[in-house]
Amino acid sequence: MSETTKNITREVVVEKPLLLRGEEWMDILWDLFCPGCQIPLVGRLIAESLEELGVGSNAIMVGCVGCTGILIASLTMDRVSPAHGRGPDVATALKRVHPDTVVYTVQGDGDCIAIGAGPLIGAMTRAEKITVIMVNNTNYGTTGGQLAPTTLIGQVTSTTPKGRNPDLEGYPVHTAELAATFKGTAYSARGSLHTPAEYQRTKKYIRTAFQKQIEGVGFSFVEVITACAVNWHMTPVKALEWIGEKVVPEFPLGEFKNVTHIK
Amino acid sequence: MTKRILAEGNEAVGWGALSAGCKCFFGYPITPQNEVMELLAKELPERGGVFVQSQCETGAINMLYGAAAGGVRAMTSTASPGWALMQEGVSDMAAANLPGVIVVVQRIGPGVQRVEHAQMDYNSVTKGGVGGYKTIVLAPSSVQETHDFMQLAFHLADKYRHPVIVLSEGILGHIIEPLEIKTIDFEPLPEKDWAVAGHGPHRDGKFRELGPSYHPLYDGTYLNYLNAYREKYKAMQSELRYEEYKTRGAKVILVAYGYCARVAKEAVDMARAEGLKAGLLRPITLWPFPSQPLRDKAGRGRKFIAVEDSLGQMVDDVKAAVEGKSEVCLADVTFRHMPSEEGMILPGRLLQEIRRLI
Repeated sequence: MSETTKNITREVVVEKPLLLRGEEWMDILWDLFCPGCQIPLVGRLIAESLEELGVGSNAIMVGCVGCTGILIASLTMDRVSPAHGRGPDVATALKRVHPDTVVYTVQGDGDCIAIGAGPLIGAMTRAEKITVIMVNNTNYGTTGGQLAPTTLIGQVTSTTPKGRNPDLEGYPVHTAELAATFKGTAYSARGSLHTPAEYQRTKKYIRTAFQKQIEGVGFSFVEVITACAVNWHMTPVKALEWIGEKVVPEFPLGEFKNVTHIK
Repeated sequence: MTKRILAEGNEAVGWGALSAGCKCFFGYPITPQNEVMELLAKELPERGGVFVQSQCETGAINMLYGAAAGGVRAMTSTASPGWALMQEGVSDMAAANLPGVIVVVQRIGPGVQRVEHAQMDYNSVTKGGVGGYKTIVLAPSSVQETHDFMQLAFHLADKYRHPVIVLSEGILGHIIEPLEIKTIDFEPLPEKDWAVAGHGPHRDGKFRELGPSYHPLYDGTYLNYLNAYREKYKAMQSELRYEEYKTRGAKVILVAYGYCARVAKEAVDMARAEGLKAGLLRPITLWPFPSQPLRDKAGRGRKFIAVEDSLGQMVDDVKAAVEGKSEVCLADVTFRHMPSEEGMILPGRLLQEIRRLI
């Protein structure tokens, strides 16, 4: 890409929200994502949502281990990186110590509901006033596309070379629906970024989740389905089509819980 | 404010933490440390603090990680099997420069076993876990010391921005002794301007990023980061603490910490009453270990007995310290007065060993 095109792309097409205009070195991070990866869009949605809610940088972001963890260094606000899966534990303590700020985690599906299932369920049990945003790309991206709890039946990964077999590997886990079953959960939704319409709806979900935390209602959760073109061995466009054809039928989109108070 | 009460060692952990201004406790029930969390469950919220019973020990240590990142004094306490689960988190705290106090009330092992006292986590506590971190380890041997060392632990944790471990055990946790609750004054420490707050840019106009990663804190290179840790560990060596008891002219020196140090002290008195020249060197910091003081005493026919309620862990540090210049014997868990889990190493048995060596 020529220098001119690069500038045009940055200034015209990808105008960043204020929260994404960090220090110069942060720009390097965006190059760490693979072609066709949609995780940067999740960062953008978070930044836009927090700006629109007037929270701005009065928030603490808790990252994770995995591709989604790359987002940790990209937002201009205080940030804490936890061990793999421990985001809700770290966020729990930060919210208890700083109850007047917005504390949220951004986690991958493996981080959130495989190794981090205990911390997530613990936080939901205690009705922590935090927000968990889980990126679901149906595999472990950073490590090379292994089986995740969210991998579809029959989906080929590097550790399910013949496709996910329910007799051996069980079934995809539905985290947003699970979160909705907890009494301490104020809000739970699943969005996707494969069409502009779903992108806008997902932004609304993320915004609402933060709103629930600000109002102190309870735990809030948003699952976001994103494309992982490289590990799915597809072109970026094909990956988006595949989400519509295969992923969304397994993981229905929408709100699963939305309450104004928990009684 | 000073208050005198009767308390057990585990309660002294809690009172010491409160005296130190601890604001948060995170923990998971496990015997024999439950009294620590039960006391703080009542006392911390009354003082505006935070008490969270976590879903597991891994949760507790990572909550401690979060609270430390948030800039407040915080702690957790556990027993041996829980300690195993916490080690990853302690490594992350060390890597992320986060201060916090971890209390380990040891019980018998290996594995989950039962809940009686022992000193079987010396190696895993003093040698560090994954990634080769080190932490200061304080080993009290009385209820009062437990209270005082908790305050010292919080001070040292903040001073070095590093986790500090207080190593207790089932007996020390449950003996009841008079306790003077008082706040100890330490040198003033700088404000934690490195902590996250979620209140927009900090005074220097920047945001904080905390995590177990060397970038971008240390000029971007991994070796700079490791060198910074080497310097930190070197500086921590100055925190060495130990007690000597009748070591002058002693032919046999017992080395013991925790409850075993109390037993050893009594054995030394019994030996001296018989005219046997015995003494005690009690490591108070297990890391840094008092290697130099032991080395200074080695040779000239002097013998050492490492007294510990395990199959022998600290004895390796004693052997390394004396560099082969003295014989080092081991009075271990097999010296207990009865073969069941409730057995204890008693002074009479140690006296026999002193007699054998002199």
